[in-house]
Amino acid sequence: MRRAGVVVVGGGPAGMAAARAAAGCGVAVVLVDAGPKLGGQYHRQYGPADGDRFAEALPEAVEHLANATVWAVEPVAGAHRVHVRVGAVDDPSRVGRVLETRALVLATGAYDRALPFPGWDLPGVFTAGAAQALAKGQGVAVGDRVVVAGTGPFLLPVASSLVAVGARVVEVAEANAAVSGWAARPAGALAGWSKTGELVRYAGVMARHGVPYRSRNAVVAAHGSEWVESVTVARLDRDWVPVPGSARRVEVDAVAIGFGFTPQMETAVAARCRIVDGFVEVDAAQGTSVAGVFAAGELTGIGGADLAAAEGEIAGLAAAKRVGAVVDPPLRAMAQVRSGRRFAAALAAAYPVRAGWRGWSRDDTVVCRCEEVTKGALLRAVERREVGAVRSLKLVSGAGLGLCQGRVCGRNVAELAGVEDAAAFARRPIASPIRLSELAEE
Amino acid sequence: MSRIGSADAVVIGAGIIGAACAEALSAAGLRVLVLDRGAAATGTTASGEGNVLLSDKAPGPELELAIASRRRWPELLTSLREEIGEAAEAEWEPKGGLVVATDEAAAAPLAALTAAQRAAGVEAIDLEPDEARNLEPHLTEAVRAAASYPGDAQLQPVLAATALLAAVRARGGEVRGGTEAHGLVLSRGAVAGVRVEGGTIPCGAAVNACGPWAGHFGIAAGAPITVMPRRGMVLVTAPLPPVVRRKVYAADYVAAVASSDVDLQVSAVVEATATGTVLIGSSRQRVGFDDALEVAVLRRLAREAIRLFPVLAGVPVMRTYGGFRPYTPDHLPVVGEDPRVPGLWHATGHEGAGIGLAPATGKLLADLLCGNGTEVDPAPFRVDRPGLLEEARA
Amino acid sequence: MRITVDGEEVEARPGQTVAGVLLGKGVKAWRTTRGAGRPRGLFCGIGVCFDCLVRVNGVPDVRACQRLVAEGDDIRSQAGAELPS
Repeated sequence: MRRAGVVVVGGGPAGMAAARAAAGCGVAVVLVDAGPKLGGQYHRQYGPADGDRFAEALPEAVEHLANATVWAVEPVAGAHRVHVRVGAVDDPSRVGRVLETRALVLATGAYDRALPFPGWDLPGVFTAGAAQALAKGQGVAVGDRVVVAGTGPFLLPVASSLVAVGARVVEVAEANAAVSGWAARPAGALAGWSKTGELVRYAGVMARHGVPYRSRNAVVAAHGSEWVESVTVARLDRDWVPVPGSARRVEVDAVAIGFGFTPQMETAVAARCRIVDGFVEVDAAQGTSVAGVFAAGELTGIGGADLAAAEGEIAGLAAAKRVGAVVDPPLRAMAQVRSGRRFAAALAAAYPVRAGWRGWSRDDTVVCRCEEVTKGALLRAVERREVGAVRSLKLVSGAGLGLCQGRVCGRNVAELAGVEDAAAFARRPIASPIRLSELAEE
Repeated sequence: MSRIGSADAVVIGAGIIGAACAEALSAAGLRVLVLDRGAAATGTTASGEGNVLLSDKAPGPELELAIASRRRWPELLTSLREEIGEAAEAEWEPKGGLVVATDEAAAAPLAALTAAQRAAGVEAIDLEPDEARNLEPHLTEAVRAAASYPGDAQLQPVLAATALLAAVRARGGEVRGGTEAHGLVLSRGAVAGVRVEGGTIPCGAAVNACGPWAGHFGIAAGAPITVMPRRGMVLVTAPLPPVVRRKVYAADYVAAVASSDVDLQVSAVVEATATGTVLIGSSRQRVGFDDALEVAVLRRLAREAIRLFPVLAGVPVMRTYGGFRPYTPDHLPVVGEDPRVPGLWHATGHEGAGIGLAPATGKLLADLLCGNGTEVDPAPFRVDRPGLLEEARA
Repeated sequence: MRITVDGEEVEARPGQTVAGVLLGKGVKAWRTTRGAGRPRGLFCGIGVCFDCLVRVNGVPDVRACQRLVAEGDDIRSQAGAELPS
């Protein structure tokens, strides 16, 4: 095992910025990313195209490990070991690599939160991120007639990407109220954000294609036998309870849903970083509660690509400093982080998830997709057994015990069950499944 | 749920042993309060495979307790089902065990063990390799000898513990999570109450069922006992079609269980659960309460499992969990009253066998506490046996 | 490049994911759940949810949204929990 200088996990905006910043100080960097190409979910590169425009632009001091899955982070004396499998995804032929480092930057990003409703487990119901990844990364539209539903400004680029690959976006349903004129002029609500121009462009795309944008609306049911054939869209009150009599059937062959984001937290938890309110706690240098472990991007709070990149730059420099580099304080990035966090807080306040979603599902609606645990079974188990914590909740109900390890259902199940330690779902010492033969290798 | 202000007995620790003690005490008519500093069934109980085993015990007091407990589990679950309905579900599976020797060196000791176990009343059937492979078609061809134990069983420990606690509540008792017991209040040298944040809960008896943390509570109670943590890890595969039917383990497991080595010990224990996952144990390490992941331990577990079941090589492992087993110097549980503090009872030290031994432990403790005759001889489990009592620290 | 999907030859390009090929062909579901036998296909699209599991060259439990196709891949739908061959 060769000791690396700085190891960065995640090749999105935060991870790339961290790798560039650390390499810029003359430190050897290994950038580990699960994808075949850099950029992460935000800068999703088109898969079938030649080359990797981000990898080609990286400094030489950065070794980019692509198709590299971190399956464990192991604390050892004064350092961390990052256990990686490199090669074809989920295949036993992957090759092992262990990176030991005193300066670990975690930039593992986030994924869409999906809320359960009857029929949400039918094929044809996708997360917004899936629709985006398929459109940008594969040039494939998830359907011909698509409803995009959820909350937050991210719905717009998703709708725009769908239009770009030839889908007809029937409507965009935003569960929250319009933020002062948001519906008419979406960009106005986010004045001051550097992405305002981008949003104006998306709004233009929507207008040109006649895509209706309806606030206080949500898809509350999907219908079909083998896949989605239609959805029920309902108007919501301010707590997201469907307004009686407002339900409409809309014929679609796909739905894309996204209710904000959940950080991908298991490597930070494995490194024993302190988690506060569902995010990794960091100091001004992006240092976590654990010496030698830095976090950047959505792990520290949902704030978008610009904030992530600024945090990544700071984290990369702090990591380089830890292994001996002389570093100037990144004043510009630090200012960007301050304003970015203000924006992120405003965003979170403008697009909360309201409790009314709990009533969209029925007793027989699956809430844990892996283990097919229904809401009724979950609530009965909780009531009978007086469950008080995530650990016992999982074991009495089965929710969160499947292959996704509670990534999809964890927050929802914790809220439905009324247990408070939802972050315990992120305790996944095996961060990604590994074949027994791979594990057995020396 | 209403809070009870005083109790006949306060059980400290809502794991499987505390739950079983509380169930037996409440069945005897006592008003029981169970305290846990966290939530019920989230410590050692949530880290176990749910073993109810006879096969891994050599003749002696622990085997006697295990035989009584094996008899009691299904009876108890049946009667609880009548009393509390669905909440008594615990995925009880009398699936049987299979112990496998993969080299000649392990074959002879295995035959000696089964002979001794048979003499002690355990059904232990010596098998030829092909007979073993008929029982477990995916078993390695390297098997040299095997023994079948039809009496071995499995249940889901968190379901089992929460079922027992549901019965306690149904009988008017209370289970209070998030409440740490800070010590005892004595009156004329005997237990008169349990100290908790902001007050005292008056009681006639206190039961230390804190598992691996029983030593800590012993100190807080002014009656230290030697109970130490021994760490174990389990791997969990993705759900599989039926591939392992019984609880299957390597013959060297018995030696590992009985060992007092500080060093890491790993021997294969492989079994399926009701949901199709396969659990792969077992490791034993004395590392204090350090719960840091050690990849080397996982690698050893993986290798040993593949050695028994080569078909598992390509299967995904999706989860691992670890826990601390309460361990005593002579490997025997502690069940009885503390001679130094009348009214303080201990029920701990079951190491990796707490799930299996729970109902007989609870019954034994309740019978002793109520002054009844006992089904098993309590003497080997008494608190004042050599090596267990520690001098009270200043 | 050529791959097979449930025995049928399909044209694919390097850089495509298994899910990209399947959805591009209009296939929406390629797995059934082991409990109720419900159809499942892609859901999260970024490797998080493990809903899009597929069998690749005899190995089950492969995430179709993450796995890149390779020349000659034998892609098969997956029914519930399966063992590798």
